[in-house]
Amino acid sequence: MENILQQIINGLSLGSIYALIALGYTMVYGILRLINFAHGDIYMVGAFLGYFALGYWNLSFPMGLIFAMAGSAILGILIERFAYRPLRLAPRISLLITAIGVSFLLENLMVLWVGASPRPFPQKIPVEVYFVGNIVFTNRQIIIIAVSVFLMFILQFIVLKTKVGKAMRAVSFDKETALMMGIDIDKIIALTFAIGSSLAAAGGVLVGLYFNKIEPYMGVMPGLKAFVAAVLGGIGIIPGAMIGGYILGIAEVLVSAFISSTIRDAVAFIVLILILLVRPSGILGKYMREKV
Amino acid sequence: MRRNYLITLIISIFLILLGTQAQGINPYYYQLLIFFGINSILAMSLNLINGFAGQFSIGHAGFMAVGGYFSAALSVYQGEKLLAFLNFLPTNVAQIVEFFIFLLVGGLVAGILGLLVGIPTLRLRGDYLAIATLGFGEIVRVAILNLDVVGGPRGFPGIPQRTNLSWIIFWFIVCYLVIRNLINSSHGRAIISIREDEIASETMGINTTFYKVLAFVIGAFFAGIAGGLFAHYLMMLHPSSFTFFRSVEVLLMIVLGGLGSISGAILGAFILTILPEALRGFTYLRLVIYSIILILLMLLRPQGLLGGREISLSIFKRFINPKVDRS
Repeated sequence: MENILQQIINGLSLGSIYALIALGYTMVYGILRLINFAHGDIYMVGAFLGYFALGYWNLSFPMGLIFAMAGSAILGILIERFAYRPLRLAPRISLLITAIGVSFLLENLMVLWVGASPRPFPQKIPVEVYFVGNIVFTNRQIIIIAVSVFLMFILQFIVLKTKVGKAMRAVSFDKETALMMGIDIDKIIALTFAIGSSLAAAGGVLVGLYFNKIEPYMGVMPGLKAFVAAVLGGIGIIPGAMIGGYILGIAEVLVSAFISSTIRDAVAFIVLILILLVRPSGILGKYMREKV
Repeated sequence: MRRNYLITLIISIFLILLGTQAQGINPYYYQLLIFFGINSILAMSLNLINGFAGQFSIGHAGFMAVGGYFSAALSVYQGEKLLAFLNFLPTNVAQIVEFFIFLLVGGLVAGILGLLVGIPTLRLRGDYLAIATLGFGEIVRVAILNLDVVGGPRGFPGIPQRTNLSWIIFWFIVCYLVIRNLINSSHGRAIISIREDEIASETMGINTTFYKVLAFVIGAFFAGIAGGLFAHYLMMLHPSSFTFFRSVEVLLMIVLGGLGSISGAILGAFILTILPEALRGFTYLRLVIYSIILILLMLLRPQGLLGGREISLSIFKRFINPKVDRS
């Protein structure tokens, strides 16, 4: 029992990170219907920005986090402007291929710049270990969960309570009508990319803190899994992405602790296929009947 | 009509015999030709699923891995027995029969798996299907990593080298003819109608589930064959050959060439086989240039190079006989 609780705590930290990346996926998908394969690599760039900010310029941890988020937000806007916007009227599959191209580009540029070998992440925060009974947790896990929950609350606030958020929801609901209502669609889409990318960057910095290792290809697997998390919860739905992220994180940790750590990477996809077979539009998704 | 079949048969036999004479050419070009053939088979088969049936599948590497590993394991563990059983034939012929059987079995297993995966997942649409097939591909890879009998993460060495250019040409022609004839038949019209509008074609009385699964199974079968050819050329398999990247690569080929065009798939396979080799001189910049070319191609020509059209002999016919009916 204690072991299970222990693993759930570990799963919550991992799940928070998946949830942060999944939020960006779900927001972009909600607005553009695009599986943004480059999102996992923005997360990687975010981790490296944090690495430089903390390791070379000696910023404090919160400042480094903010720097990484801001840098990735700009990157997200640039990618949208130069790679996705010209294709807004093109077939969706070419948009998807472009996203894959951008993903390769970011990975390979990073390899060119810093090399392919993993690097240790600067450890700004000394580890403190706490015990509750026999359950161990560290201050890092608390920071990860706290930062991600805080960011998710901010996001929910922006989307539900502000004017910009209202515009975002309008655009995702119906682009043409939103345009006719005087909403600047380009601006809203750019903003969506900025917010999504900054959340991914936060995830990247937190992962660096947690696993203490970053490399240019680190975004591929978490990127796919975060997308799985977004689909799991019902894509386009923000609370769905959070739920999906936590389910995945916990399932993965439990499986690697109690069954076998070698099938860890398959867990996400097995869970996904099982849930899609029962609920084809995700846990929170509504099933929409298609018409001719 | 019968004359056409005869001509096709003669041309095919000629090409296959030509393949046996290719051993003399530069080994580097020889290998490129082999990979081009394997990639074309993969691209044509995925094009049937993605381009003609409109079912967005990105788990093709999974089927390729299943076919490859299955036929390789048969060769390694059962090859001697089958050869002993076939000892009434001359050694060369026995090897050809053996390889054919093992490739076919590998392809069939991939096809059956396609059936098992296809029936439940093809209820999903668009991106959901994409992500489910992606998941399938990853599950296959992780399963292989955990299968010790085929080497697991260490890879699977010791596969006899049986693939040569003739085999590639043979399967290339089979794959091309099967898919072309299917597409030009009334079944093919049904498959294409699903791409255009699934609900409308269902209303017209087309059994959409059947045709989607049919396209999926045939695609999986040829992916399995391609996997077997790949395994028996390299003499070694490794799970890292069948990652998500491999599926994406095949997807790139068909989108680049133009979805829904068989010649487009072949053209895409050709370009994406040559391009990485042509960029070898740039060493580290290679992959950066590769991705930039990819993005630019999509920005400049989002519908793919051929955009659903076919290159065929009728283009030349037009020059010879302008009155030919090309309706």
